[in-house]
Amino acid sequence: MTLKYSLKTAFNGLRANKSRSALTILGIVIGITAIMMVMSLGQGAQDLILGQIQGMGSRTLSVEPGKRPEGMMDAMAMMTDSLKAKDLEVIKNKGNVPHAGKIMPVVFGSETMTFENEATKPTIFGVTDFFAEIYDVSLAQGRLMTDEEVRSFADVVVIGTKVQEDLFGLNKDPMNQKVKIKGRNFRVIGVLAKKGQSAMVNFDKAAIIPYTTAQQYLLGIKYFNAIVVQADSEETVDETVNDLKIAIRNSHGIDPGEEDDFRVETQADAIAIVSTITNVLTLFLAAVAAISLVVGGVGIMNIMLVSVTERTREIGLRKALGATSKNILLQFLLESVGLTATGGIIGITLGVSFSLLIAFAINKFAGLAWGYNFPVSAALLGLGVSGLIGLVFGIYPARQAAKKSPMEALRYE
Amino acid sequence: MEKKLEQIDQPLMTVKDLEKTFYDGAQTKALCGVTFNIKEGEFVAIMGPSGSGKSTLLHILGFLDHATGGEYLFEGKSQSDLTDEELAHVRNKKMGFVFQNFNLLARTSVLENVKLPLLYSGIKEKEWDAMAREVIKTVGLEHRLDHEPAQLSGGEKQRVAIARALINNPKVIFADEPTGNLDSKSGKAIMEVLQTLNEKMGHTIILITHETYTAEHAERILFVRDGKIESDRRVDNRLSANQFIK
Repeated sequence: MTLKYSLKTAFNGLRANKSRSALTILGIVIGITAIMMVMSLGQGAQDLILGQIQGMGSRTLSVEPGKRPEGMMDAMAMMTDSLKAKDLEVIKNKGNVPHAGKIMPVVFGSETMTFENEATKPTIFGVTDFFAEIYDVSLAQGRLMTDEEVRSFADVVVIGTKVQEDLFGLNKDPMNQKVKIKGRNFRVIGVLAKKGQSAMVNFDKAAIIPYTTAQQYLLGIKYFNAIVVQADSEETVDETVNDLKIAIRNSHGIDPGEEDDFRVETQADAIAIVSTITNVLTLFLAAVAAISLVVGGVGIMNIMLVSVTERTREIGLRKALGATSKNILLQFLLESVGLTATGGIIGITLGVSFSLLIAFAINKFAGLAWGYNFPVSAALLGLGVSGLIGLVFGIYPARQAAKKSPMEALRYE
Repeated sequence: MEKKLEQIDQPLMTVKDLEKTFYDGAQTKALCGVTFNIKEGEFVAIMGPSGSGKSTLLHILGFLDHATGGEYLFEGKSQSDLTDEELAHVRNKKMGFVFQNFNLLARTSVLENVKLPLLYSGIKEKEWDAMAREVIKTVGLEHRLDHEPAQLSGGEKQRVAIARALINNPKVIFADEPTGNLDSKSGKAIMEVLQTLNEKMGHTIILITHETYTAEHAERILFVRDGKIESDRRVDNRLSANQFIK
């Protein structure tokens, strides 16, 4: 029996029960669609976040307080105040970290900001003018703070577009207006260009002030949330990480063998962490979606058993006309694999279409640069898995069909 | 030379003390010691009332079922000598089956129905069409090639079934009550086809029927009752379907 004819026979068998075949593969269609969407969107999210991390530049390092967390319970370890002004001085010392270029301490918090009768609650970033380069933001108008303003605890602020809108509306010029944060007057010296939600920070809802002012007058803290260091070239990144570790360990008086109470994160670290998180999430969601495939498979098995019973006489006839048990087995296996593979192809098509739509919607309405990519591996996997389900759940009904005795099958009413 | 002669003389089918007992809950003895031979080219009717065991006998002769006692040899080979695949091969190449209820595939054209045994024959697919058209012509249905069974009359359906049985040019055609579901005119037409196949083309025909009238188209009648051969006789005034048609 030729394969072409076997396929034709299987196809005819399925065509005879169009609506039943369609309903049967629905489970497989939904499962494969879900897996395709999860994998495609997971990849999109990962690309987006990684793109933003890479936007910070591969020379950028971040010194953060607290040891590296090892599991959920360690999250608190990150919230410590171990990075202080002394550490900043140590890092700034060329003798300690010779390849450090620009250095920027970061503090942040959330405070209410008012102008006349309007109020809003932006995220306050205490930084230097270097932040614009690191976070890839530009100004719509005005200027950034100067080094002199940082040194002199100046009361100047650069606001995001949402903050501008909340406090000044659309018509009023915010430049050089006095806004109040915690009872202190700040002069607006610039407005950031609209950027939208990025993976980590929404700069539209931010207020940028000198870190000195933020520590002293607004947050009342003596430590930093992070110190961003830019190595002078990509080749010196590893060396700088080492130098930073040695310098801060010395500064903190950590004995050899003891754990660091701070971390130096590189872009590679961040990429690795984000990739791990998104991969685990994607895998988890895909596994949940895969359950529906198993349910779908059971449905296939059920309907194939019904089909075998219904077509008992046909099986008997085919055997009487010279079909071997193998021929019958192959016929019914091809039918179930044909069913699930068709479901798989429909699922892949739907999954790709929905992910495209979602990518388009995210781009359009959330303003994120969400790139769509066709997950070739997921598509192949989907097709393979759906075919395999047909095989696994089809083998039992097909064997039931194959082992029927021709005489009993012919007599079946 | 002697050997060859012996082969020619050897009957196509040898049945000796054949027994068949069904065990489904109760024990039912369908055949209890049946013995006869059938030579190649014979037209034999197996007659008997319903429940006499004639269908069971046909199933065993056609390798569709196995006996529980005695011996049945087809071309000198018993069912137990052959594997499942070899049995399927014998059914495909040497036997043709015609059933009372036609057993055509629904929603499948006459041409495709007739091709069905070729699927399992190992014959190249490009030859199938010509072969099928040829046998369909033999049964006089060349104008119905693309019709589906639902569009055919009972007699036409049975002729499709005969064409299907003929396609691999088998030695034996087993016909299980082929006229049972047909009116007398269609029934005669079917008997005419069977007689032609036997006389002109030399096919051995085993016909199962409960009607004496139908059985008398054969050369020989085996009468089965209660699982035993009651009589085995030649038909003296054999009916020819042809003369009634005209």
